[in-house]
Amino acid sequence: MPHDPPLLSVEGLKVHFPVHAGVIRRRQVGAVKAVDGVSFTVRPGETLGLVGESGCGKSTTGLAVLRMQAASAGRIVFDGTDITHSSRAALRPFRRRMQMIYQDPFGALDPRMTVADIIAEPMIVHNIGTSRAERRDRAQDLLAMVGLRPDMATRYVHEFSGGQRQRIGIARALSMQPDLLICDEPVSALDVSIQAQIVNLFESLQDRFGLAYLFIAHDLAVVRHMSDRIAVMYLGKIVEIAGRDALYARPLHPYSQALLASIAIPDPELEASRPQISVTGEVPGALNPPSGCRFHPRCPRAAAVCAREEPVLRDLGEQAVACHLV
Amino acid sequence: MAEMLLQVRNLTTRFRTEAGWVTAVDDVSFDLAAGETLAIVGESGSGKSVTALSMLRLIPRPPGEITGGSVVFEGRDLCQATDAEMQAIRGNRIAMIFQEPMTSLNPSLTLGVQVGEPLVLHRGANWAAAFAKAGELLGRVRIPDAQARVRAYPHQMSGGQRQRAMIAMALACQPRLIIADEPTTALDVTVQAQILALLKELTRETGAALILITHDLGVVARYADRVAVMYGGRMVETASARDLYKHPLHPYTRGLLASIPRLDAPTGQKLRPIEGQPPDLARMPAGCAFQPRCQVAQPDCTATRPAMTEARPQHWKACFVDAA
Ligand SMILES: Nc1ncnc2c1ncn2[C@@H]1O[C@H](COP(=O)(O)OP(=O)(O)OP(=O)(O)O)[C@@H](O)[C@H]1O
Ligand SMILES: Nc1ncnc2c1ncn2[C@@H]1O[C@H](COP(=O)(O)OP(=O)(O)OP(=O)(O)O)[C@@H](O)[C@H]1O
Ligand SMILES: [Mg+2]
Ligand SMILES: [Mg+2]
Repeated sequence: MPHDPPLLSVEGLKVHFPVHAGVIRRRQVGAVKAVDGVSFTVRPGETLGLVGESGCGKSTTGLAVLRMQAASAGRIVFDGTDITHSSRAALRPFRRRMQMIYQDPFGALDPRMTVADIIAEPMIVHNIGTSRAERRDRAQDLLAMVGLRPDMATRYVHEFSGGQRQRIGIARALSMQPDLLICDEPVSALDVSIQAQIVNLFESLQDRFGLAYLFIAHDLAVVRHMSDRIAVMYLGKIVEIAGRDALYARPLHPYSQALLASIAIPDPELEASRPQISVTGEVPGALNPPSGCRFHPRCPRAAAVCAREEPVLRDLGEQAVACHLV
Repeated sequence: MAEMLLQVRNLTTRFRTEAGWVTAVDDVSFDLAAGETLAIVGESGSGKSVTALSMLRLIPRPPGEITGGSVVFEGRDLCQATDAEMQAIRGNRIAMIFQEPMTSLNPSLTLGVQVGEPLVLHRGANWAAAFAKAGELLGRVRIPDAQARVRAYPHQMSGGQRQRAMIAMALACQPRLIIADEPTTALDVTVQAQILALLKELTRETGAALILITHDLGVVARYADRVAVMYGGRMVETASARDLYKHPLHPYTRGLLASIPRLDAPTGQKLRPIEGQPPDLARMPAGCAFQPRCQVAQPDCTATRPAMTEARPQHWKACFVDAA
């Protein structure tokens, strides 16, 4: 397994958004370093979880992999081909094989189209399914798979609840039979029962078709359930990347430790008895990230070196971690 | 018993669809005292958002209409209020945090304008003051570089940052009631904890009441005083948070609690969703809405709709079956 060539390999990815000031004469005054040197791989049939604080660059990473967001630096290699600078035409075959479930389901769905058309549209673009009837049947099958009733296919997006819309987005992404699915908070709007059904669906598709996932989520119980390996991001950088069991049993980076400690447990009595540790301190921005280790101003263990030198991601066998103190 | 801030009685809302009328909220009643936090949980499509939108009279008409019931807030029935009166209440006495930030944030206005606007509208603030306050509020919801980012547009923010901008907007006028529809779905656990702590702090400081619509049962356990469970547009169980987790009575609630992925469960285990399809609101069964999926249904469940009854002290359920 470790010798399988990766399906996706991301090396030193950076995405910087310029920030301008001035009304008459616009000039660049800085950049939001949303993603700042991120490297990881995803093997066929594998799930890599991606977790981290809101605004740390998870969605931007996902969008950059799909080339929906231009990279400022770095390389994106999909199935052996460097697609970082591929033309639109050269990207086409890869577009089908990499699909994304977007974080904002409403923004991603056209309000003027029926649900059947929304799901069938990518099939038309990529010539999947020969006839209209075949595509319609497929759309209905997909709706049933995500727990919606097939007769909902003729309705419009605004007639659906938040969680129903999210599942329409999932059905649309699955209609392409991708090899890599980037899931950006795919189950965040779903109640636990339907969430369980969708997670089981993701797993059975992986078992049957060897689908690989880049699974972005903030629900750490779901991430643990889905992932083989997990990357923890903080302010544009990966601070720890580890096998699932290793990370949950023994998180090494102080940020990973704080993250795992702040999960709410679905039991009021247990909750009341638990100390509420949380990451305190001002949230630094990607506009002016702190020097050295970006976590150092909020780190309970920070030493002098942490403000001075940026730690590199060091491989410790089962885990790789970017921290001076580990 | 404390004076009730809010009393919802028999609220019923339906939509006209191709399949006929669907009743998305069906005879829903609940009370809320000042300073209290009520969580509303339930399956996707069970009517949680429509309940909240109905209370604020934000149901699009057509296709929707509120066909009955009352929403008494600070002694006045909002269902009878004029549009002008509702406008004076929304964003001021009652603030709503919507489920999908991108549908309620205006893509062509900066965050500063949108967060500051309620202050200009309801408090007569001038724009300079409102803008400064907006920066402060964005900082309170932990948006980094807040003073610089009042000039950012929604698409320049991450999903969770947009959600927090909505929360800042809701807090601007220090409302008496905050309705938060999945306010933290886009937030990681650490920011989520900070935001919910901020909302809770507000309920303590100002005595505001909070309705927390969420599917995260961990959040419910940590932050809610009481919980109402909805299924198929109806309320099926309500109790204190503690009693609900300890003694879930309705079979749907039990199924819900059993399908949570748990951090203490062995990995590699399949999750256990509730079997069967959610109800078709256009073709609701005559009896209990959950009966077709219920493992313990008995004959009268198909014939008659169970009413809410107090099965334990302060713990109501709409179910005929004795939960042993
Ligand atoms: N178009 C843009 N212009 C400027 N800044 C941007 C833009 N898009 C994103 N950003 C900034 O980049 C950072 C990373 O955003 P991103 O959406 O990747 O975060 P995220 O990890 O997905 O967060 P969340 O969990 O809240 O969705 C944020 O600080 C955000 O404000
Ligand atoms: N404009 C509309 N036209 C027709 N049906 C609608 C409309 N708006 C909502 N509905 C239906 O009303 C029901 C309740 O929707 P609601 O948005 O309240 O669900 P919810 O409990 O908030 O679910 P979720 O957890 O997925 O957000 C859903 O079945 C939905 O399809
Ligand atoms: Mg995101
Ligand atoms: Mg909703």
